[in-house]
Amino acid sequence: MTFQAAPTAPFGRGSAACQLPHGCYHQTVDLPKRARTYLLVLLFIGLRGFGNLMLAWGTKRLPAALGVHPAAYLASMLDPAVAAGIAMLIFSLFTRMALLSVADLSFVLPVTAVGYVLAAALGKLFLHEEVTAVRWLAAFLIFSGVAVVGSTPQNTTEGARAK
Amino acid sequence: MKWLLVAITVVATALSDLLQSYELKRAGEQTVSARGIARLAALVVERRYLILSIVCLAFSFFAFMALVQSQPLSFAVPASAASFILETIAAKLVLGEQVGPRRAAGTLLVLGGIILLAR
Repeated sequence: MTFQAAPTAPFGRGSAACQLPHGCYHQTVDLPKRARTYLLVLLFIGLRGFGNLMLAWGTKRLPAALGVHPAAYLASMLDPAVAAGIAMLIFSLFTRMALLSVADLSFVLPVTAVGYVLAAALGKLFLHEEVTAVRWLAAFLIFSGVAVVGSTPQNTTEGARAK
Repeated sequence: MKWLLVAITVVATALSDLLQSYELKRAGEQTVSARGIARLAALVVERRYLILSIVCLAFSFFAFMALVQSQPLSFAVPASAASFILETIAAKLVLGEQVGPRRAAGTLLVLGGIILLAR
């Protein structure tokens, strides 16, 4: 009597798709890398856009103008809007760092440029500026450029520069 | 004076981004969960290129602030967008990223948009 070898699982330990000793189950619950990258892009753009807005809004309603005196800057941080803006900008810096850990610099730069359009849109929304034809064209150029860059592989140095 | 401020902004921004990209890709995939942020903060303290990148970022920030204070935003934003070109070329030559015709074309479209937006 002979024992048959257990059939190999499609994703688990020893399967053709998985070379890791502990199996690949964690990969089935994680988002694909591309989706994680775009999630970080959205988070970064949102945090920086609204962080800057909070900062601008908070500093504008301060009684004293920000001059050369450092005490005025420290006092401005007590304003809740300014503090929230600074916290959002610090968090956006970390988000961008996480983004740079998974994607090329030459990918991150153009793709996050959508933030310029958001900044202009938020400024319009809250400062009631009019949208000129030139600005619509600018937004269109940025979005189409982002779409073109977004169609290229996000990380072209993978493997070449491992730990 | 204004071109000196543009030069400081552009070069400091490019240096900061190149150093960050180099160190963070070496560190492997990072996340922004509570634990991920703590790990990133620890990385910034541990890795000297990241510390240097923060110093460069501070230089670019203050140079840009001084630029905005003395010049209209419609000059400051497109002028400092020159860092886009410098960084993309450096990413190819220094970091070894593959900047093919499609990525180059998309980057130029975005650059054109930023310059137009600031008008």
